[in-house]
Amino acid sequence: MPHDDPDHPHSLLPPDPALRVKALETILTRKGLIDPAALDAIIDTYENKIGPRNGAHVVARAWSDPAFKVRLLEDATAVVSELGYYGRQGEHMVAVENTDVTHNMVVCTLCSCYPWPLLGIPPTWYKSDAYRARTVREARAVLADFGVNLPQETAVRVWDSTAEVRYLVIPQRPAGSEGLEEAALMNLVTRDSMIGTGLALAPKDAS
Amino acid sequence: MSRPHDMGGRYGDGPVIPEAEGKVFHADWHARALAVTLAAGAHGKWNIDVSRHARECLAPMDYARFSYYEKWIAALADLLVAIDLVSARELSRGDADATPRARATLQARDVSAVLAKGGPADRPSDIAATFKTGDAVRTRRIAANTLVDGGHTRLPRYAAGAVGRVVRFHGTHVLPDRSAHGLGEGAEPLYGVAFAASELWAHPEHPRDEVVLDLWQSYLAPA
Repeated sequence: MPHDDPDHPHSLLPPDPALRVKALETILTRKGLIDPAALDAIIDTYENKIGPRNGAHVVARAWSDPAFKVRLLEDATAVVSELGYYGRQGEHMVAVENTDVTHNMVVCTLCSCYPWPLLGIPPTWYKSDAYRARTVREARAVLADFGVNLPQETAVRVWDSTAEVRYLVIPQRPAGSEGLEEAALMNLVTRDSMIGTGLALAPKDAS
Repeated sequence: MSRPHDMGGRYGDGPVIPEAEGKVFHADWHARALAVTLAAGAHGKWNIDVSRHARECLAPMDYARFSYYEKWIAALADLLVAIDLVSARELSRGDADATPRARATLQARDVSAVLAKGGPADRPSDIAATFKTGDAVRTRRIAANTLVDGGHTRLPRYAAGAVGRVVRFHGTHVLPDRSAHGLGEGAEPLYGVAFAASELWAHPEHPRDEVVLDLWQSYLAPA
């Protein structure tokens, strides 16, 4: 491992980021170490197959099925596995529920840990220095950046994912969603609401 | 004692800019960077802790100026040279010296299965859990790897020396402080520990706010 070496090997790659990646891909492909078709399959998986609709499915079911929610809060890994949402960066899942008294929010201050099988690849802001640096110290100010203002009686609990445990926030079920079927409820569950930087949509605001 | 990735609680980073749902990659090279990193990792020459440490070992100036996927690619290049899968000469040429000397481990047809299989970090351990839910604990006062100078650890600086209470037991998990340095997996009990915001920050936003961290038993002492 390189330690504080001013001549890090990566500095030998081209300075432009796109060319940098291209150079590394070329070297690894020519050496037979990677298969470009496998790269295409990985990209297709995260662009088209795995994304926040998986998490929305879990939340919508938790809203509509109390027994499911109890099991989800007890052992989220087992429950999401049954739905087919187990996988890389989601090996140890914990679900946390927002209530009138507690609002949960997730960050990884040390890198950008995120529950890929349920939410897909994290958005740019989740990986930004600003989110990583600020969320643990001023979660409410960060929420304000998202246009979310919590009542004073609600406490914020920030989960800093320092291990391999990944957190899914179950947002509060919005008023006016009574009687909606699971598919309609899914449309109210945003990616941000499952990270805790947003709230679930009211039915009138869902597309 | 610190590396540039350990930024929790830092001042001066400006606003968080929200982003619409649905756009996964903002440039083609972002997608390629992610895929190259995952495909190279499939050879099993390093684990997640080693790759995290490689990113942390970027020079602070590089860490600060690189975008997210530039960090990934830079760390991957450093790692490939360090374990001798790629030479510095090849990096500077932008091409391989000889072709091909290995076979891709990850084939396109296996991608779904490999991603779905994941890589769980829980392991059996003969280290007994000494804390239970509700116990008061204090974290190590200096957030540093005790085995390797400048080594990897998952105790952030902002939570060093703080008193919290155990709110969850996650079972026994691989210890990153060992695993990142080839010192074995050293699985030990892992806990979710809640800290009052007032314990961590001079000016907490709200008296009842708190931060929960996942912390290994060897990071903790009874408080």
